[in-house]
Amino acid sequence: MAPFVILGRFFLEFFQDTGGVFILIWRLIQTLPRTFANGRSVFLQMDRIGIGSIPLVLVTSLFVGAVTSVQAAYQFHGYVPLKYLGTVVGKSVILELGPVLTALVVGGRVSASIAAELGTMKVTEQIDAMEMIAIDPVENLVLPRVLGATIMLPVLTIFSDFLAILGGMVVANVSLHVSFNAFASGLKLLFQTQDLIGGLMKTFVFGFIIALMGCYHGFETRGGAEGVGLATMKAVVASCLLILIANYFLASLIFRILFAPAS
Amino acid sequence: MEQHGSDTIIGIRGLKKSFGPKRVLDSLDLDIARGETLVVIGRSGCGKSVLLKHITGLVRPDAGEILFEGEDMTRFDRKKLFQMRMHFGMLFQSSALFDSMTVGENVALPLRKHSGLGDDEIMRIVGAKLDLVGLTGVLDQYPAEMSGGMKKRIGLARAVAMDPQVVLYDEPTTGLDPIMAAVINELIRTLQRELKVTSIVVTHDIKSAYHVGDRLAMLHEGRIIHSGTPDEVRRSDDPVIRQFVEGRAEGPIKPI
Repeated sequence: MAPFVILGRFFLEFFQDTGGVFILIWRLIQTLPRTFANGRSVFLQMDRIGIGSIPLVLVTSLFVGAVTSVQAAYQFHGYVPLKYLGTVVGKSVILELGPVLTALVVGGRVSASIAAELGTMKVTEQIDAMEMIAIDPVENLVLPRVLGATIMLPVLTIFSDFLAILGGMVVANVSLHVSFNAFASGLKLLFQTQDLIGGLMKTFVFGFIIALMGCYHGFETRGGAEGVGLATMKAVVASCLLILIANYFLASLIFRILFAPAS
Repeated sequence: MEQHGSDTIIGIRGLKKSFGPKRVLDSLDLDIARGETLVVIGRSGCGKSVLLKHITGLVRPDAGEILFEGEDMTRFDRKKLFQMRMHFGMLFQSSALFDSMTVGENVALPLRKHSGLGDDEIMRIVGAKLDLVGLTGVLDQYPAEMSGGMKKRIGLARAVAMDPQVVLYDEPTTGLDPIMAAVINELIRTLQRELKVTSIVVTHDIKSAYHVGDRLAMLHEGRIIHSGTPDEVRRSDDPVIRQFVEGRAEGPIKPI
């Protein structure tokens, strides 16, 4: 009996959460016309989410680019000349590593911080107090955070793409003896603007997911300190999983349908 | 018997609410007369706060209606609910001050959002409301620097900032020392006299209930089992009420 009860509870919770997220999205859409009235809050969140994440993205990207260079060189060994190192680093960073890894690290940082902040507000009745003052918490708390993250994640990704390629280039030059020129011409060889655009298109959705999960789980917080901890964990897990799942579907949509290779 | 008639500001009819298998409110009926101070008493966890959240529209009932000025507010959409809440002020159990804002900003927030008044006028009102609750010189401090009693008073100043018709108090004296509890009780009476508001207080503090209430209503097992003046409650021979007001462990109410 017990496994069925656990399974039943799991599905019930899953559908409750799915329904709750869609209700939140619907309420968010209804507040969109009030974006300009909340401009100041949106800028504040863009600063907290975007500018605040720069150090994290900087370190992540430099090392991801560096390791890509090292790993590619290892696989090329004896088969492919190292002048194509730039091609591989560029392609993998722009299409996949830049967008996804930026989303994952920023997702961990931002969705946890949003869930903890809103969760604490929820358990100390500050969200109820807002409602009682006839201030819509969705308009005042969710809208600025979701817009801030959706706008800033593509910006962070451009920054990350650039730094990762730089990291790869430096490692290629220093430890693999590939000149900057050779690396750059490899990079240019198969570079397509649509790769960059496709990669960035994904990040709008990732940014939306990160803030939405933080807000949703923050609002759903029950109890005290333990509840806030649980909500924070759920927000991070949900945003990371959804980013990876959405990544597959978005990549299929963008690179197989929208920018389908001519056959 | 409940009072009926045109002086009823809030009427609750057959209110039901369950959380999972637990039935919290069970066909509850209650009328609140304009200008009175009604105290809802009952054990912790008996559904008093849930009742308050229904009256403010923060929680939707499973069944029943809540009439505010004759209109069933359980059917209000968000816009109408927000309009209704402009006439309500609420003091939360935990004060619920916005910790990212100063005391002044907390009290000014409802006015800034809804009154359309200029900054000078808003600050004048904020000063007056803080005076009313006996606080001065705290405008630029943050709630984290305040004691529990001060937070309650700031919460009260915020609740009455928009001159509401109805003020709701959720356990106003819980967690306060006896002197501060007396100060808050006195404030509730003062606000009642000076602002002529209708007040609904939920509390398990029977001393506070006797002090502030025009009328006491006892909530037990999801219903109002008795309502009357503090004297009537004192004289009641209902065993449930007797056990509660005398604070005895033995009796018809079983400890959970």
